[in-house]
Amino acid sequence: MFDYNFHWRPVLRTLPDLIQAGLTTLEVATLSMVIGILLGLCLALARMNMTGPLKWLAVTWIELARNTPALFQLFFFGFGLGAIGINLTPYTIILAGLSFNCAGYLAENFRGGFQAVPDTQLKAARCLGMNAWQAYTRIVIPQVFRVVYHPITNQMVWAVLMSSLGMLIGFRELSGETQFFASRTFRIFEYFAVTAVLYYVIVKLILAVSRLLAMRLFRY
Amino acid sequence: MIQIRDLHKHFGDLHVLKGINLDVNKGEVLSVIGSSGSGKSTLLYCLNNLEQIQQGSVHVDGINVHAKGTDVNKLRQKLGMVFQQWNSFPHLTVLENVSLAPRIVKGKSKGEAIAMAEKQLKHVGLGDKLKHYPNSLSGGQQQRLAIARALAMEPEYMLFDEATSALDPEKVGEVLDTMRLLAEEGMTMICVTHEMGFAKEVSDRVAHFHQGIMEEIGPPEQIFGAPQSEHTRKFLANVR
Repeated sequence: MFDYNFHWRPVLRTLPDLIQAGLTTLEVATLSMVIGILLGLCLALARMNMTGPLKWLAVTWIELARNTPALFQLFFFGFGLGAIGINLTPYTIILAGLSFNCAGYLAENFRGGFQAVPDTQLKAARCLGMNAWQAYTRIVIPQVFRVVYHPITNQMVWAVLMSSLGMLIGFRELSGETQFFASRTFRIFEYFAVTAVLYYVIVKLILAVSRLLAMRLFRY
Repeated sequence: MIQIRDLHKHFGDLHVLKGINLDVNKGEVLSVIGSSGSGKSTLLYCLNNLEQIQQGSVHVDGINVHAKGTDVNKLRQKLGMVFQQWNSFPHLTVLENVSLAPRIVKGKSKGEAIAMAEKQLKHVGLGDKLKHYPNSLSGGQQQRLAIARALAMEPEYMLFDEATSALDPEKVGEVLDTMRLLAEEGMTMICVTHEMGFAKEVSDRVAHFHQGIMEEIGPPEQIFGAPQSEHTRKFLANVR
């Protein structure tokens, strides 16, 4: 009734390659989060404070990023741009796609964060003679950061998991690498089972680091 | 000294201040009383350029507050402000709350700023709370923290915007005591307040605002003893 023979050896032999690919996954996710945080902050500020084209650009970006499948966004940077002659490398495509998506989600987190800090905080800072830059960087943004900290952690986890879509555009991150070996050895179940464990470990590591950091950062 | 001339302030169609003329001398304690919406808080915000004005002028020590070239950040160092909602910075310790602005605005060294902060915190009775975060303080303590924070900038004037209105009744006294202490030390103060006892006892002059107009101004004995204006009489009859 059940005649599948598990063969773990090929998987174990290529484990170093998988771990290497896991580091690539982590790298792409981290980079796209850094870009996403910077862009997301700009998008949130544009959406809240601007009028005209910049505001609409921000709103459109956020709406598209949040309300269309991440895979389609990735395909846009891959096949969409490819169709009009702009050929990006798989690495650039996944980085662009993830950054685009993260920026959209994070923008809304930031917007919520800014709204959670009462504007009287800004007023009080300005009354002490701080200029706008000082008031924002010393008083407002640190408080916004605390509000968005855990949502950012969630987004980082999501970026790691979402980067597995790289497999579909020929990028050899963890899933792509797994796919590559799986199709060479036909040990499909074994490979994806091990990779699932690797994803789990990566995510748990991120959560642990995030929690440790939070204990150091937020004493109040 | 603060000189206010023919000050008009509109919020859209709402005419909040309708031609205020007022001088506040150095060392004076002026209390501003009046019902909600009479423009008394707005007046304070006009003094340190938190609000723009539509007509008239405000001069603080000869500096035109709303002139184009005025350095408002420099100006605001002269005018300490305490709000109804104390607005302590929740992510900073009590000591950091007070020492931050002297350091980054006035350019004091870390040591100087901390020494100044400690001095002002002791002054308001929070010398034992330096390492605490504001969320572990009571409302009254947070308001005293706000006072210390303003004082650490060594202002020439202190503006109090209903500093005790948001406090639990039993915490009002400690904040009023701190304000009283400042008055005794000769600080120039403008206190928008609903505390008639405080206004009567501490002020050199009391001004009553009614619907954007300064109805009456005079020594507390006059305002509370023999008010000249009908509106002032009515207001005081209602609050007592």
